[in-house]
Amino acid sequence: MSSPQIEIQIIAAVVAMACAIPGVFLVLRKMALISDAISHSILPGIVIGFFITQDLNSPLLILFAAFVGVLTVVLVEYIQKTGLVKEDTAIGLVFPALFSIGVIMISKNAGDVHLDVDAVLLGELAFAPFDSMMIDGTDWGPKSLWIMGSILIVIISLLLLFFKELKVSTFDAGLSASLGISPVVIHYGLMSVSSITVVGAFDAVGAILVVALMIAPAATAYLLTEDLKRMIVLSIFFGVLAAISGYWFANWLDASISGSIATTLGIIFLIVYLFAPKKGLISVLYRQKQQQIEVSLITFLLHLNRHDEKRERHINHLREHIDWQEAKAQKVLNLALKNNLVEIENDIVFLTEKGLTFTEKSLAYIIENKHEKIDSMKDDFFLFRG
Amino acid sequence: MGEKIAVKVDDLTVAYNYKPVLWDIDLTVPEGVLMAIVGPNGAGKSTLIKAILGIIKPIAGSISIFGEPYAKQRKMVAYVPQKGSVDWDFPTTAFDVVLMGTYGSLGWIKRPGAKEKKIALESMEKVGMLSYRNRQISQLSGGQQQRVFLARALAQDASIYFMDEPFQGVDATTEIAIINILKELRKTGKTVIVVHHDLQTVPEYFDWVTFLNVKRIATGPVKEIFNDDNLTKTYGINYKVAVNK
Repeated sequence: MSSPQIEIQIIAAVVAMACAIPGVFLVLRKMALISDAISHSILPGIVIGFFITQDLNSPLLILFAAFVGVLTVVLVEYIQKTGLVKEDTAIGLVFPALFSIGVIMISKNAGDVHLDVDAVLLGELAFAPFDSMMIDGTDWGPKSLWIMGSILIVIISLLLLFFKELKVSTFDAGLSASLGISPVVIHYGLMSVSSITVVGAFDAVGAILVVALMIAPAATAYLLTEDLKRMIVLSIFFGVLAAISGYWFANWLDASISGSIATTLGIIFLIVYLFAPKKGLISVLYRQKQQQIEVSLITFLLHLNRHDEKRERHINHLREHIDWQEAKAQKVLNLALKNNLVEIENDIVFLTEKGLTFTEKSLAYIIENKHEKIDSMKDDFFLFRG
Repeated sequence: MGEKIAVKVDDLTVAYNYKPVLWDIDLTVPEGVLMAIVGPNGAGKSTLIKAILGIIKPIAGSISIFGEPYAKQRKMVAYVPQKGSVDWDFPTTAFDVVLMGTYGSLGWIKRPGAKEKKIALESMEKVGMLSYRNRQISQLSGGQQQRVFLARALAQDASIYFMDEPFQGVDATTEIAIINILKELRKTGKTVIVVHHDLQTVPEYFDWVTFLNVKRIATGPVKEIFNDDNLTKTYGINYKVAVNK
């Protein structure tokens, strides 16, 4: 690996980490679209900032553009508060307006500005290593790495300091307010951090990838864990994984690095969406199928419980009586046998002690719908895992 | 009943988009009562609680908790929002939600330690949810979720408890369990204020009541003021018809 190759991967990984953390809270607050809005509407901020500073990496430009990002959120909320339109409509009204102002500014000043809309939207990671931080003639490495590294350190510090506050205000804003942990302060803090991250990252990776890096890792992690801390760690992991493997994907295809990273994020999400142990599609379908069998099992056990007559318990008769197909009847019977719920003597099916208790408990659960009744059975059966 | 005044509201007006939902409310709640706030849908019951707790900014009026502004008295007040106001798919456990009750006394930045965790566990024990402490909150039944909220309020160890429809969507057993805990709180001198929907249980559950319908109709002991006259004023229909339905 050449040194620019390594640098590109490090930059991509740092951007991914910086985006993943605010991304988790945006996803949990159901504000994913806001990151899209911010990433576009900062354009006029960048252009005006560039007119003033003549430097795309100036901290002043970043702050200026981030201010426009926060302004976007304020405008969206203001329009929403009028009660005339819903939130998604408000977002759809605000960011194209701000974005188009930026586009007009660029096209009016195309001669003097080394800035084009494509670069803002798509970025170009491949060039990032060659834009170095020069201090007194010494090369201190890529500028974007310095910028995103600083932003990442700020984000991690804020997360460690305000984790408790972020958690409670995201979960329950009302309680948070009554406790004196102002959800408004946290909200605008998060919006400011998101805006700064987007602005800092757009030059290296483009506005579209920023959105992907904020939302996809968090959405993927959400499918895998039920713990907020783990969700953050997993988001960072998926972001970095996509950044590195996306880079090699691009290398192999000889295509846009940003595009490849975003595609990789999509693929990772798809894989997790399909195979996640609890919330994944396959696991959900499997569980539904399993539940179907277990409902049949309980039906079968109830039938045995209600009928003492041998005629009703004969193995052949059961099939006809409950009116199941051979395969299904066999499956249910096997399941009952495997769990020691029934015994077969001379082709007559009997409920065992365990089978009897199970049936009674199931009945109580079905009638009263009380989870306490079946707590002890949850390990054995899918049906009762809620 | 203590002589102290727990909550005092003067001339409170709250509006959404310039339409008043609470109009010129005066309310005095003595310490140590278990009070229901009743009124029809849209009467501003939840809004009244939220305004007292500073969650909604009123356009006029003042509020005091034991004689001081709410901002000074936060630690004396616990709040149980409506169960439906939060996302129960949030990645966290029952214990973690209860632990949030201690965040107010911690203030900003400081993290919960052994002392806070002990308080949270004790509160879960009181509502019979200790064995569910590690369960993800989406896997709790409606009644269990409400108990978790109640435990969180207990963890706040307050003098005044505000609850927004704690009986909504819970089964009869949980309802009885909750009301018993609330009565227990009153016995220890706490003040409990509950937004309540079911008129029939008011005399059985509460000793004080406030009738509210944008304006305050009446406040006082249930025995004295829970009558057809006030009910008709509040609901605008004959009370007996409403109850017999």
